[in-house]
Amino acid sequence: MKLDKNIIFKNWLILIAIVLLSVAPFMMNNYWIDVFFFFGIYALLGLSLNIVLGEVGLFDLGHVAFMAIGAYTTAILNTKFGIPIIILLPVSALAAAGFAWLVCSPIIHLRGDYLCIVTIGMGEIVRLTLINNPFGITGGPNGVFGIDFPSLGNIFMIDNSTEFYFLIWIVVGLTILALINLQRSRIGRAWNCIREDEIAAESTGIDVRYYKLLAFILGAGLAGVAGNIYASKLMIVSPESFTFMESCMLFCIVLIGGMGSIPGVLIGAAAISLFPEVFRTFAQYRMLIFGAAMVIMMVFRPGGIWPRKRGAVEFKSLLLKAGRDNV
Amino acid sequence: MRIFLEQMINGLTIGSFYALIALGYSMVYGVMKLINFAHGDLFALGSYLGFSLLVWGSAYVTSHVGLAGGMIAAMLIAAIGIGMAGIIVERIAYRPIYPAGRLPAVVSALGVSIFLQNAIMVAWGPRYQAYPVNVVPTVRFEIGGIHITLLQIIILILSFILLALLYYIIQKTTFGAAIRASALDRDTAALMGININTVIFFIFALGPALGGTAGVMVGMYYRQISFTMGWNYGLKAFTATILGGIGNIPGAMVGGLLLGIFEMLGSAYISTAYKDVFVFLILILVLIFRPRGLLGEKVAEKV
Repeated sequence: MKLDKNIIFKNWLILIAIVLLSVAPFMMNNYWIDVFFFFGIYALLGLSLNIVLGEVGLFDLGHVAFMAIGAYTTAILNTKFGIPIIILLPVSALAAAGFAWLVCSPIIHLRGDYLCIVTIGMGEIVRLTLINNPFGITGGPNGVFGIDFPSLGNIFMIDNSTEFYFLIWIVVGLTILALINLQRSRIGRAWNCIREDEIAAESTGIDVRYYKLLAFILGAGLAGVAGNIYASKLMIVSPESFTFMESCMLFCIVLIGGMGSIPGVLIGAAAISLFPEVFRTFAQYRMLIFGAAMVIMMVFRPGGIWPRKRGAVEFKSLLLKAGRDNV
Repeated sequence: MRIFLEQMINGLTIGSFYALIALGYSMVYGVMKLINFAHGDLFALGSYLGFSLLVWGSAYVTSHVGLAGGMIAAMLIAAIGIGMAGIIVERIAYRPIYPAGRLPAVVSALGVSIFLQNAIMVAWGPRYQAYPVNVVPTVRFEIGGIHITLLQIIILILSFILLALLYYIIQKTTFGAAIRASALDRDTAALMGININTVIFFIFALGPALGGTAGVMVGMYYRQISFTMGWNYGLKAFTATILGGIGNIPGAMVGGLLLGIFEMLGSAYISTAYKDVFVFLILILVLIFRPRGLLGEKVAEKV
């Protein structure tokens, strides 16, 4: 009985969240719609890092590099060759995923802190390379500007805040659906197994290397999608947007919300993107408060705001079902 | 050859900054298994503290103890101040979280880092600050055709004294043995009667104190400091720690000096714009081919 109540509560919560998110843009001014757009971007990035950090437990402190690859792929192909943004969405995802495969293949065997450090290095190399304008295509510190809005011929064009808002949140919604399915699949179980104990996972026949790489590639692909939408919204990409600080923020989104928990990621993204806006009246003190809040948060709730529940409940319900069938 | 030697000396100078900062990372990582992301910002705080002392106090101090005394006083006070800041950070931000595992501590460390960075910005303003020019007279020596400034000599001598002192403490004294034992295995060390809390107190005072001293030296060397400099130096020093083998004290020193030399030679002979790329590339290559660092020992995998 308790179990059913929990599920009903969850369903209601999801419904309320969807309704609120879909009516929200009609009740806010453009400024707040943009704030919620960036909330959506952080949510998407948080979800993508959650695959790597939350599901598999790989410390990735350079995740923003994958977003940078996606954003720059979109920016360069769009401004140089005029390819529409919509077509570049899967292209940027593939570019980011391909980059992840290339870069992570040789480092995937590293563990814990060592992997963390290599990803920091990778993120910095990507950013510094973008600043240095290789082959004159990234525009150096100024970046690339004049990126189009997403459009499909004359049929539709996404060119105002509300439409961008819906674009990002529809993408986030679809991603969440996909990730929930992934969590329940063989792949998701293999990931969690690796997170809990890598050696045990390997000894039960899980191809650890393959699944770790898969997590990186999927996470990077999603970050590439976020990069694409980000680039077309801002119409400019520059290396300043992809600093180590941003990677740290993504890391915090996953950990503040609760590792591996999808509602947790949403809460974490809300905390990171809305907090500085709410405290805007404090002007220069707001990041000070933000830093202190992170520490206090971790002191009082080290597991995150909405930690993921282990699969014990599901297991029990399975047993019950099995029992009923037998009777 | 002359250029090569001059670049070597420049490299050693920056390398000694990296080595001093890297020691803080390495000691904390060794005992706590925590990457202290706030360390870079403690270093920046030290630089600002030294700046204030030199700007406001220099007239008074130099009139009493002379120029050299004023400089050493600034470094000493910065070291003491930052050492105390390090202890406070550990008490407030790390100690309560430590039982919860390592990842929450990373978030907490990042939080402290953001806090410190913005505290510096609020206190000293977001603009670049310039160190006073005449802290050390700009004298240039020429030894065998190689130019070297008095400031470089002072920095090199001071940092080598500090490094040697720390090496002595860690490798030769009983307390150093306690630190090394805690780095090997905290629980066993505690069972052998080592007071882990004292060890943690000590490393969180000493590491940031060295970082704060390095902060004053960096300020005097480059004459320009900004509140965001902690990230950059922190990251480089951390790279140095990995290069030498994380948790390994002599490794951090060697790693820092080598990194400084690599950086300078890289910018002299390959490309100035790509010198930081070069640094991180070395980091990644070291981790791929020799994850335990240059001086690190092979650690058996724990199941």
